[in-house]
Amino acid sequence: MANWLKSPASETQVTHGQRLWLYVFAVITMILLVTPTLIVIPMSFSDSQYLEFPPDKWSTRWYDNFFGSDEWMQAARTSIQTAILTMLVATPVGVASAYGLHTSNVPFVRMAFVMMITPMMVPLVLVAIGAFYAYVQLNILYTVTGLVLAHTVLALPLVIIVTGSALKGYDMSQEQAARSLGAPRWKAFFTVTLPQIRFAVVTSALLAFLTSFDEVVVAMFISGGDNPTLTRNMFNALRDQIDPTIAAISTLMIFVTTVMMILAQIFGQQNKP
Amino acid sequence: MSMTTATLRPNETGLRTDGRLERLRLFGLSSPAMLLILVILVIPVGWLFYVSFIGANGEFSLENYERMIKRRSYIRIFITTFQVSVLTTGLCILIGYPLAYFMAQLPNRLANLCLITVLLPFWTSLLVRTYAWLVLLQKQGLVNQWAMSLGLWDEPLKIVHNMTGTLIGMVHIMLPFLILPVYGAMKAIDRDYLMAASNLGATPRKAFWTVFFPLTTPGLFAGALMVFILCLGFFVTPAVLGGGKVIMVSMKIVSNIELFVNWGAASAMGVVLLIMTLVILWIASRFLRLDQITSGGR
Repeated sequence: MANWLKSPASETQVTHGQRLWLYVFAVITMILLVTPTLIVIPMSFSDSQYLEFPPDKWSTRWYDNFFGSDEWMQAARTSIQTAILTMLVATPVGVASAYGLHTSNVPFVRMAFVMMITPMMVPLVLVAIGAFYAYVQLNILYTVTGLVLAHTVLALPLVIIVTGSALKGYDMSQEQAARSLGAPRWKAFFTVTLPQIRFAVVTSALLAFLTSFDEVVVAMFISGGDNPTLTRNMFNALRDQIDPTIAAISTLMIFVTTVMMILAQIFGQQNKP
Repeated sequence: MSMTTATLRPNETGLRTDGRLERLRLFGLSSPAMLLILVILVIPVGWLFYVSFIGANGEFSLENYERMIKRRSYIRIFITTFQVSVLTTGLCILIGYPLAYFMAQLPNRLANLCLITVLLPFWTSLLVRTYAWLVLLQKQGLVNQWAMSLGLWDEPLKIVHNMTGTLIGMVHIMLPFLILPVYGAMKAIDRDYLMAASNLGATPRKAFWTVFFPLTTPGLFAGALMVFILCLGFFVTPAVLGGGKVIMVSMKIVSNIELFVNWGAASAMGVVLLIMTLVILWIASRFLRLDQITSGGR
């Protein structure tokens, strides 16, 4: 131990002992990053009205509450439906535009790229009230279609950035080889290029799903009526009191996210051999 | 010889036109995305811009903007927004930079494990994380319980529904946005530079500040910028953890629409928020390229 404290920790010859503070600090920070979210999981199985940890008596009453409520179930259906549709729309549209921007050398490509990532730069509240206004005119307020369109716009920059960076690392001459051997452009793309960037495409699809599934602010304005999203209802419930049902829903959401993250990690690992 | 070029020329221009058409067709692949962004985002925001110049009597006026300068409450909202954004960004740098530094020096396998602690909250729903803090920080919450049983303070402290709670939640939510680009920048540094520095007699501290730190500034800058811009327009966390005491611009915009149905006032604030964001991005783009910002400095 004493030897370890005196041994150099990095190329600058600082010893482990000299930067023990860094290790302590880093471990505490990592614990603080992870635990607040995870602590909700045991709390959601508490029998008490007041969220306690560790719970005195365990029960699944808050889950029964969630699965037994038509209102929550309807909201969950809307959220899942919207997220899946957003993924199915944003991924092909985003991949097509990333490919288009990557391959066409027109002079205004940079400007087009900037426009594509505006949804990331415009404050969400502005997107929300803008969409609210537009949807009143288009008569699609409080519809799943409207939600999917708005969430697609929010997800597009992510899809374009992730797929675009994969295309940058991909050797385009492979596609040219396929084309010089007689494959039409679309065929060369689907049989040669797409299989090689498929992990980036899958990652962006998962990101698109989560973007929609977690989104609150835009959904607050343009979802409602018969189609409120889960997050909208959760947010409204949070403003009133601390309902333990939210803890149960949060746990389920953490589960969905974790599955997505593991999938992304698996695909990500294979991405860089 | 001259004959060959003469016969080639029409062919060549034909190819060039073909190439141009092909490029345009390829560019056309991005048209669905562009159309969507145009209809759902650009045109409505343009309309909000127009509405912000319409007064209560339906005619052109600057009253929506005058209100922001004249009324104390509005000025206070902008000050609060800046306060929260600056403090959150600062705290994220102070907490995130050392953690990234720690992770960047670990062996790869261990570093990936530690990276999960950053990615897990990054992927978890913002609303869920905000809720978790609400539960932890409330009066009978875990933080108060534990602190009192450890004797840190005697009676429950008010650490939520105010600025403290807001900052705790915001820093927790923004940290990954700072850590990831900084970590990326640190990983890209050639360690031989540091070895050379200490070989030439630099103390660890000097080697860090004169060699290592300057190399990480693009990543740090990109991360801090991202955090700051996200903070400016943030809504959910201050709305839940601020308990009505921390009112940020985005919250005022929402209440202007939901409670007062005042589109003019809301739009004008939105326009100011957007312009602030764009100005910051514009200044930043003189130091970094836009795609560097979005990909975190790399």
